[in-house]
Amino acid sequence: MRHLSVTLALLVFVAACASAGARTSTAPAPQSTAAPAPAAGQDTAAGIGPQYPSTYQRHANPPVLIRNATIMTAAGQEIQGGSILFKDGRIVSVGTNVQAPSDAVVVDATGKWVTPGVIDTHSHIGVYAAPGTFAESDGNEATRPVTAEVWAEHSFWPQDPQIPLAIAGGVTTIQALPGSANLIGGRSAVLKLVPARSVQEMKFPGAHYGLKMACGENPKRVYGQRGGPSTRMGNMAGYREAFIAAQAYRRKWDKWNKDHQGDPPERNLRNESLAEVLRGNIYVQNHCYRADEMMQMLDLAHEFGFKIRSFHHAVEAYKIADALAREGTASSIWSDWWGFKEEAMDGIYENAALLQQAGARVVIHSDDASGIQRLNQEAAKAMYHGRRAGIPVTRDQAVRWFTANPAWVLGLDSLVGWSTTGTIRRINPRWTSPWVRESIHDRSSAGPDDRDHRRHGVPGLGTENRQRDRADSRWPYRRGRDECRSARGCDAHRCRGQVGHAGLHRRRRSDGAAGNQRDPEHE
Amino acid sequence: MGLREISAIQNTNEATLRGNDVAAAFNVLEGINPASTLIAVNRMEGITSTVAVPNGSLIWGQAVMIDLDGATIDAMRVKSPVAMVADLSEGAKEAGGGSRAGVAQRLRRVLNDAREYATRRADYRRAQIQPLSASAADLEALQPVLRGELPLLVVANRRSDIETALRIAREYKLKLILAGAAEGWMIPGEIAAAGVPVLVEPMDNIPTFDALGIRYENAPLLAKGGVKVALMETATENTRDLRQQAGNAVASGMTWEQALRAVTLTPAEVFGVADRYGSLDAGKVANVVVWSGDPFDFSTGVEHVFIRGRDIPLRSRQTELLERYKTLPPKY
Repeated sequence: MRHLSVTLALLVFVAACASAGARTSTAPAPQSTAAPAPAAGQDTAAGIGPQYPSTYQRHANPPVLIRNATIMTAAGQEIQGGSILFKDGRIVSVGTNVQAPSDAVVVDATGKWVTPGVIDTHSHIGVYAAPGTFAESDGNEATRPVTAEVWAEHSFWPQDPQIPLAIAGGVTTIQALPGSANLIGGRSAVLKLVPARSVQEMKFPGAHYGLKMACGENPKRVYGQRGGPSTRMGNMAGYREAFIAAQAYRRKWDKWNKDHQGDPPERNLRNESLAEVLRGNIYVQNHCYRADEMMQMLDLAHEFGFKIRSFHHAVEAYKIADALAREGTASSIWSDWWGFKEEAMDGIYENAALLQQAGARVVIHSDDASGIQRLNQEAAKAMYHGRRAGIPVTRDQAVRWFTANPAWVLGLDSLVGWSTTGTIRRINPRWTSPWVRESIHDRSSAGPDDRDHRRHGVPGLGTENRQRDRADSRWPYRRGRDECRSARGCDAHRCRGQVGHAGLHRRRRSDGAAGNQRDPEHE
Repeated sequence: MGLREISAIQNTNEATLRGNDVAAAFNVLEGINPASTLIAVNRMEGITSTVAVPNGSLIWGQAVMIDLDGATIDAMRVKSPVAMVADLSEGAKEAGGGSRAGVAQRLRRVLNDAREYATRRADYRRAQIQPLSASAADLEALQPVLRGELPLLVVANRRSDIETALRIAREYKLKLILAGAAEGWMIPGEIAAAGVPVLVEPMDNIPTFDALGIRYENAPLLAKGGVKVALMETATENTRDLRQQAGNAVASGMTWEQALRAVTLTPAEVFGVADRYGSLDAGKVANVVVWSGDPFDFSTGVEHVFIRGRDIPLRSRQTELLERYKTLPPKY
């Protein structure tokens, strides 16, 4: 290999590659197809009804047939010389013998690989937008330790220039999370990365809200001098008090929903989110590094009768892989981040492989606007290091780490009829992002950028595309004063006003927000 | 590497000299911890030498090069110093009174004073000279920089900051190294014409006001433009990801040969140790990595690491954790 071997190429890339040949299509422009009515989850609260509903619409696109590709279905099959046909944002069929309609754009993908769109369970793009000034630091409502009442979607900026970068990395769906300053940081938003004027247009219909919770160092550091908690035991007491209040609130509302006697109880947004957790409608997404703390959090979940859908970061998950498998709690992890803070000291490359081996659910997440662009590479690192340690990991399993498994964590599995039979017919049709269409349009004039085609070994197309994406008026830079420098020489320390900046020692970024953010407590 | 154990824990950090934003005399060598956990973790993934860089405000101090093996600092030392480090990016603005222009003017004042100090040491000692902008020790430490013997490594990302660095280097006839250089791709010709090498982190492409034009293709475009490019990974604990940086530089347009050179011989040349390091030539120090395949391929693993000829055990705190927890319950 004379170039980086990226074994896991991405559907959107292939679609983008199609563009040059695609423009001769004479397909009539189909009508937009409205998304189906949202299922329970993202837009409802018991007794309250739909709120801030998704206005997402699938984009119509003419049929596209990608053929001669290696198709990794993330459903147990790897199809050599495979074809995939999609239309109007849905996969029509996948296999070795797929007939293209006469109006289809046909793309030869010889030497390329196709996977489902990448799903990141842990992102702060949009809530910590670039270029990373205080003015756009909207990820932590770090004013009190329990803010279950805030919703990440109310901070999300759809024009964040980090969004097209993530898309170029194959990402089609993210969970945008509040930061980890708080014990309970608020609701997440599950979003499709489509160009949009409002976050509502991006909300994944029927996905489940997450509730961001955080263990360990961050909350106690943030509130240690501000009324607490200042210890891990204080953290635990804080969660418990919040859920005790929510239990009472839930009982009141459940009673009223049943008998409708008198006025409805007064609404309380904080308890409303927590009550939805107790009802199982909102999934707990728990930032937690250490094994011993994860065990405490599982006990907390038992006390109040909810499930923790996924631990996030979970650098020590491998120490309790058996318990995580038993509990059915996923681990959203990095491949190799470790050591940037004390509770991350025990991170090892084999975390993912050991979890997989124990039958626990593995997700490779980013928590980083740079890392989100390479989740396939992170999965590859984790897979190969696992194999070298003698832990068997298949390529299909590793593809699931950034596709099928995160879909489960976000509650998308019930929407997509995920295949358990290994037949590709049932591959999630929604996983063809509408962005596929946008990619074709956006990139047709320039071709895919260098990065994309080099990943696929296709020489010779333009290099300016990424810049063009940035210059696109849909992703404008806002003017403002950078409160603090960033990137190389960056410095979260300086931003915190603690010490001089980190210079060329980049602090491995935050575990609560992208690294170039100004939020004093995002990690 | 060696200067910072856990970045979030301040008292494990030895890289910053507080209270002096012209810390030219600050050499980080004796701050290095040969027993750092990070060393074994990173060398077993193929990193054999690193440049330990200080941290600061306007002039950060002196960087040193070490091999990642040895029980003592003396045993690890390759060369000290290898560069004087200064900052012309957003991060130095406070040292310039809040303005980039102020930063450049302050740097010039310091360099002017260092020149004057060199010719009037006796006056300085007798206090028969106007107040200078830095201590005698710091002004003395700048003399090798002014003589063009010690490179000035300047952090600059915005195109205009890069141009300021080039301008100052011209004015004072300095030997310049650029670090960061996020918008360097806009002016490869100027950088190449000045004969200035750059240190680039190829996977970094998130725009900031320090470099709105940052892009993934920076390293290949610089290389194509004739600039001498070395690659860096600035997350100290994961210096091992340098090969992922290099692989992605290839993915974005560098040739494989350019990328390999950018993590071996080029940095050795940039820091003045190419007579001993950076390539497999008879007579050079035996820092050698045996890979199972292409080092820029994720499927490749490290089979042997030799540092100064010693076959380094491929063990670290992380392999010990793996052994303990590979089967549960753990092997205590």
